[in-house]
Amino acid sequence: MANWIPLWLHKLGSPPIFYRFAGTLRPWALGLALLFGAAALYGGLVLAPADYQQGDAYRIIFIHVPSAWMSLFIYGVMALASFIALVWRIKLAEVVAMESAPIGAAFTFVTLVTGSLWGKPMWGTWWTWDARLTSELVLLFLYLGVIGLYHAFEDRRQGARAAAFLAIVGIVNVPIVHFSVNWWNTLHQGSTVRILGPSKMSGDMLWPLLTMMLATKLYYIASLFGRVRADLLALESGKDWVRQIAEAEERR
Amino acid sequence: MSHFLAMGGYAAYVWPAYAVFFIVLIADYLAPGIRRRRQLRELRARLARQSARQQRNPTPSS
Repeated sequence: MANWIPLWLHKLGSPPIFYRFAGTLRPWALGLALLFGAAALYGGLVLAPADYQQGDAYRIIFIHVPSAWMSLFIYGVMALASFIALVWRIKLAEVVAMESAPIGAAFTFVTLVTGSLWGKPMWGTWWTWDARLTSELVLLFLYLGVIGLYHAFEDRRQGARAAAFLAIVGIVNVPIVHFSVNWWNTLHQGSTVRILGPSKMSGDMLWPLLTMMLATKLYYIASLFGRVRADLLALESGKDWVRQIAEAEERR
Repeated sequence: MSHFLAMGGYAAYVWPAYAVFFIVLIADYLAPGIRRRRQLRELRARLARQSARQQRNPTPSS
């Protein structure tokens, strides 16, 4: 390993140390996610006024848009971890990539379903084959492809490498999803929140949206760490540290 | 309260959307805990079988 990587980071890559680290951090991440999530729901469902065009139906935005952001963000994390796993053969990176896929698929599914429930009253249809919707559906299939390929191999690490390759190739879809509303003439509305330049949304609607984004990010950490812990136990089931955990849990 | 639940006539769309969001995330959160417990149970069973075998024949032939 290159010597510019700090020692603590190198140590964190070791399964037993990461297992303990994730176990300590997970309840905090979940607690903060619930706290911010509750604040965002109160702000979005109760405090924020109804939209002048869409009435109360627009309130689906407070879960639809954060879920959509997470579906892209998690794909990015998965592809980055896959790259690290393929280049440096770090077991933890493999696990992070493969355990991110189900969470990303869950958020993509939520995005599609909530979008459908929003589309019906506003556009008059549950589904249409426009660029944004179709590319988001392709994203779901990419996630499912990564999950399926991972489980198709008898040897888990071999499966992880094949699936990591698919994850890296599939990253081309992420900018397509993001820019689809600019590149094509879509039924889907354009971006409301922009990083560069002012957002096209009033403050009392914007803060619940951004708070929910923070909550979903924290939720991702909590969920990912739980999944990574379970996966590390399975991968290292022959090792002493896993045996000690198994025996310690029996006594309880 | 009923005014809040009515969601300006869009209750049939807003509440199912929130229900899907929470049901999917709760299922996602609980799944690894179940998997982890099952793995540890299987590991304990394997260790118990191993030690039982060693007690039967203290010098393993394989």
